[in-house]
Amino acid sequence: MFAYTIRRLSMLVPVLLGMTLIVFSLIHAIPGSPAQILLGQQASPEAVAALTKEMGLDRPLYIQFVDYLKNLITGDLGESFRTRSPISEEIWPYLAATIELALFAMIIAVIVGVNAGIISAWFQNSWFDYLLMVLALVGVSMPIFWLGLMEQYVFSIKLDLLPTTGRDNIRDPVTAITHLYLLDTLLQGRVDQFFEVIRHLILPGVALATIPMAIIARITRSSMLEVMRSDYIRTARAKGMSMLKVVYKHSLRNAFIPILTIIGLQTGLLLGGAILTETIFGWPGIGNYIYSAIQFRDYPVIQSGILVVAAIFVCINLIVDLLYAAIDPRIKYR
Amino acid sequence: MATPVLDVKRLKTSFLTDDGPVTVVNEVDFHVHAGEVLGIVGESGCGKSVTSLSIMGLVPALTSKVEGEILYKGENLTQASDKRMRQIRGNDIAMIFQEPMTSLNPLFTIGSQLTEALRLHNKKLSKKEAAQQAIAALKKVGLARADELINEYPHQLSGGMRQRVMIAMAMICNPQILIADEPTTALDVTIQAQILELMKKLNEETNTAIMMITHDLGVVAELCQRVIVMYAGKIVEEGTVESIFNHPSHPYTIGLLRSVPDMRRKKDRLFSIPGNVPKPGSLKIGCQFAPRCSQAHEKCLKEKPELKALPNGQKVRCWLYEEEKEYIV
Repeated sequence: MFAYTIRRLSMLVPVLLGMTLIVFSLIHAIPGSPAQILLGQQASPEAVAALTKEMGLDRPLYIQFVDYLKNLITGDLGESFRTRSPISEEIWPYLAATIELALFAMIIAVIVGVNAGIISAWFQNSWFDYLLMVLALVGVSMPIFWLGLMEQYVFSIKLDLLPTTGRDNIRDPVTAITHLYLLDTLLQGRVDQFFEVIRHLILPGVALATIPMAIIARITRSSMLEVMRSDYIRTARAKGMSMLKVVYKHSLRNAFIPILTIIGLQTGLLLGGAILTETIFGWPGIGNYIYSAIQFRDYPVIQSGILVVAAIFVCINLIVDLLYAAIDPRIKYR
Repeated sequence: MATPVLDVKRLKTSFLTDDGPVTVVNEVDFHVHAGEVLGIVGESGCGKSVTSLSIMGLVPALTSKVEGEILYKGENLTQASDKRMRQIRGNDIAMIFQEPMTSLNPLFTIGSQLTEALRLHNKKLSKKEAAQQAIAALKKVGLARADELINEYPHQLSGGMRQRVMIAMAMICNPQILIADEPTTALDVTIQAQILELMKKLNEETNTAIMMITHDLGVVAELCQRVIVMYAGKIVEEGTVESIFNHPSHPYTIGLLRSVPDMRRKKDRLFSIPGNVPKPGSLKIGCQFAPRCSQAHEKCLKEKPELKALPNGQKVRCWLYEEEKEYIV
């Protein structure tokens, strides 16, 4: 297990390096001068040239890249053109907001999706199975912005059950420590605020969970169906094990590899910042952060934002790979 | 004779399909005494495996129907509750399967799969005691280094070893009956002999009755005391091993015996019974074997023969033995 972990970790280096290069080149391919944007349309060409020089954007690209890499290694993501503050400090609150939302959504998606898939497989071809699979199809095809708006309309405006936007109550804001509000409120012993944060998480969480939930349910169903037909399931039944135990112990673990793959990919996607959901629910997440950076041609922020998201994606895949090995003893030996 | 430990009466198993129910096992009667080894022989698709799965209550509940009586020590298993069946499975009636390579869960250690069987039926057993019993069970089936094996995974074991593990797992609760569904089919010939030897030994030591389902007559000769020959979901012949091998009566049994290669005789072609087992439900009238039978006459195509006792105690389902001597081989 240890050797496998090391092997997988060492594979991260070239991936991250390549990723940095791609992000760097893409960003510089976007037309428009950042200095011009910062100074406005009326700025004199001399002022623009001076600012360009000051920001180091007149140097050859490869030098800019090497510089960027050097800084990256020391944990310096550069400075935002717009706010003039270090990105490594600025990005975390946004990232934390996204992580909290994405994990909340994924937990809903996994719990509901996996169980729906199991029940569907267990009662294959029953009306219940058909109903769940139709719902899953609807879930996959639902435009997320529409679902978000409908949720707000029904649960906030009509029923007045849940807040429409934001992460916390504006009149009683959470004092940030880690910027993961669920954690912060607990650290401060503010249970009332904790539930307030949960209330804020529900609508965007459900909107974000819908698609992964539906995909997970469908994958779980097909994977379970395959496993349930296998010989070792018959063996477990022949031992006198109850169906419930057979399903959740013997079948689910065997069926879990493809499910885990999907969970990993979907978590990565959600962490990448669901711009639509974040916009609709006024969620101050990484998607919003990058989106506004793009509008201002804030190169360092765009670059670092994308890099961080990509790095998270890679890390999640690493975790998934390690979990494979934890689930299936045969994987270590390959 | 004492009452049999398992008495199957008019067992009929049908599967519900889109085209209506299809009967796969039809009016099967047999019994097994304690300590006895009963062979159930027949080609693929003749209903052997479904018979055993019906006894275990492992045919899919939603899409099949089991009728008749399966009396285990007088208790009718076809009427037993789901909970009662779970108590019986593994503890009273255990089963081993054809495919040792895939019959063990690849994600759990040998030890956990063995102790699981134990602890399902004996909740008070501690993990440590269960582990000790698992090691003992592995030693009993002739697996060396049992104490290491319990921490290994199925993929680290060979096919023969896995089948031994399966046998250990089936025998770990000291069942009254062991149903072995072609346990040697997927194994090398040398391993086959070892596994049969092991089963014979366990049968003698523990007095567990064995239902040996096979298409290999060699296995029957080696292990069994009594044989049932099945064809298309019905018993066509029944008797002791000696009488069946010495005086096979049903043309199907005769055909089966003739198709066993004989090392002493050189033959260009091996005998084979022409045709295939009919698809369940396809033959509505007459003897099921008639289309493939070289001695079939008019009556065979029209009327269904009954299982009839011969003077030597053998039973046979064939019109040849109901009428004048002239038809007899």
